[in-house]
Amino acid sequence: MKTAIETHNLTVAYNRRPVLWDIDFQIPEGQLIGVLGPNGSGKTTLLKSLMGLVQPSSGYVRLFGQSLDEVRSRISYVPQRESVDWDFPISVREVALMGRYRKHKLLGRLSKEDHRLADEALEKVGMLSFADRQIAQLSGGQQQRVFVARALAQQADLYLMDEPFAGVDAASEEAILSLLKEMKQAGKTVLIVHHDLHTAHQFFDWMVLLNTRLIKCGPTSSVFTADYLKQAYGGQLTILSQVSDLVKARDFPIRERSFKDQPK
Amino acid sequence: MSDFFTFSDPNVRLVTAGTILLGISAAIVGTFTFLRKRALVGDAIAHAILPGVCLSFMITGEKHPAYLLVGAVLAGWLSLLVMDYLSSRTKLSTDTAIGAVLSVFFGAGILLLTSIQHSGSANQAGLDQFLFGKAAAMTQRDIWVFSGVAVVLLGLVLAFFRSFKLISFDPAFAKSIGLPVRRLEFLLSTITVLAVATGIQAVGVVLMAALLITPAAAARFWTDRIQVMILLAAAFGLLSGLFGSWISYTAPSMPTGPWIVVLLSMIAVVSVVVAPKRGIWARLRLQRSNARKIRQENILKAFYGIGEAADAPVATVAVDMLRQQRPFEDIALQLGLRELVKKGLLHKHKPGTYALTPTGLQESRRVVRLHRLWELYLTERMNYAADHVHNTAEAIEHVITPEVEAALLRELDHPILDPHDAVIPYQNPSKPSAS
Repeated sequence: MKTAIETHNLTVAYNRRPVLWDIDFQIPEGQLIGVLGPNGSGKTTLLKSLMGLVQPSSGYVRLFGQSLDEVRSRISYVPQRESVDWDFPISVREVALMGRYRKHKLLGRLSKEDHRLADEALEKVGMLSFADRQIAQLSGGQQQRVFVARALAQQADLYLMDEPFAGVDAASEEAILSLLKEMKQAGKTVLIVHHDLHTAHQFFDWMVLLNTRLIKCGPTSSVFTADYLKQAYGGQLTILSQVSDLVKARDFPIRERSFKDQPK
Repeated sequence: MSDFFTFSDPNVRLVTAGTILLGISAAIVGTFTFLRKRALVGDAIAHAILPGVCLSFMITGEKHPAYLLVGAVLAGWLSLLVMDYLSSRTKLSTDTAIGAVLSVFFGAGILLLTSIQHSGSANQAGLDQFLFGKAAAMTQRDIWVFSGVAVVLLGLVLAFFRSFKLISFDPAFAKSIGLPVRRLEFLLSTITVLAVATGIQAVGVVLMAALLITPAAAARFWTDRIQVMILLAAAFGLLSGLFGSWISYTAPSMPTGPWIVVLLSMIAVVSVVVAPKRGIWARLRLQRSNARKIRQENILKAFYGIGEAADAPVATVAVDMLRQQRPFEDIALQLGLRELVKKGLLHKHKPGTYALTPTGLQESRRVVRLHRLWELYLTERMNYAADHVHNTAEAIEHVITPEVEAALLRELDHPILDPHDAVIPYQNPSKPSAS
């Protein structure tokens, strides 16, 4: 199996406070992967640093064995639903079409093919009949499905989704879940930040268990054990968070300047 | 009035056209400022431009519009950078950073303006017009330069519309697909600074935020489409520019800029009040129609209750019986009865006695059915105790739409009894329905 995602010594600080410490893992292609951990354990930060949205203090990420910029068109990102203003005056179709924007086509109109792919994506999440609605008129679950449709319209190979099941009604959860299975069958890799431990072991083939440090990464059966869960959810390591506070309060660098850890 | 609108005077024509163009470009650029929730930043930029304008005059000794624009853009940009730096690199919150930049830059501008005025330079006359604008005092050269800039800005917004829309809605996603978000933001900010720098010719730095933000804010009330919103904002900019010029033409002591802003504010107030759906008036009407529905449905329910208690269809019901069934307010009861008679759900027998018509009976059964279905849903699905469901159902029965009713019936599998063992009345199960 080829590797879809790998991180090396990934360390990330927010406002100078380290929230991820030396995360090292590799995940093979074609899996449904859950990123799990308590609140504030760095799940979203991990996703954002995979997507290049936050700059790591040290370490690096490889996707399909390459740097993000080399494979960007194969990667699709679904941000947290709350990260945008849903009162924004645009329609469902316009959001789905955003999945067809390309960096080399900043100007001008989208093609017929783009429109077709966007509508097809909306159809897949069961939102095509809402295509002309303003996004504020949707329920939370429907909004989430529109976000997933936008990602589908990108026709990527790797999908990074931040909490797609948070605050979602049963019908939407069903719709998204069956879509994920379909994507897996088509050989796609999907990494999902997830908060619900009860459903996690049914959803995912592979898990990344986090609590500012990596607890365990591997197939669900080897990760989803009482021992590892206790490590992840048993609170943060007291001394580690003390040190993190010190780094922030005294404005220390988290890596010394001489330390080079970029890929060769 | 006719004098003005024939536009026979070429100077009037030019000034009016220029003012309108500045208004339109500020309104369209301002739509993005508004959607990105940067209204205050727009205000700060407008104020921060003043020292730039003054400095460029002090250095060049001229009021050439191109020099003034350069000064304005540089100062506007500097203010943006300082705001950015203060809010990201210090512990100051964003609003503090904006407020600090606005007042410090504006203060510096006033200081420079005062010293220019006391310098005795013959050329300085009219520089204070940057404070409140004076469209009518624009020279031909001014108008051509500023209008040219406005047209360029409109072209840029049109060309980059799609990208601007995305970075305004979801910048993180835009970055994830590799759009040059920083460069696009830089472009949009530069366009905003330029729109402000040209717009202050018409209304001045103090009122510029109104020209930038008010059209978009008013337009937002009328539409859920960004394309329509931009067109509306442009139309508001156009109208206020046109009529502002007209007012100052007919009453020469009247300043154009403040009138433009007054007109824009009037458009905004009208929008806030009368816009469909979002407007205050629409909300009030909706609330009144809700109150009417609740009033009528409660009366119908009382009729049904009386019939149910008597265990036989009651031919006529006296108003007193309704009062015993439910503690109605007198006025509401009289009003509701009159409305129901008018809708053909009741007919009046003799004073103080009413009977349900066949449609009235159907309607009363529907309301009671919704009430009892909801009670059942609460006990079955939400684990309410049977003696705690009534009050909630009293409110929700008026809310449930036919679609929700269908879903409830499916979910509860067409139940026969409610949690209090009362029969749930269906649409005349014995006889074929009236329709």
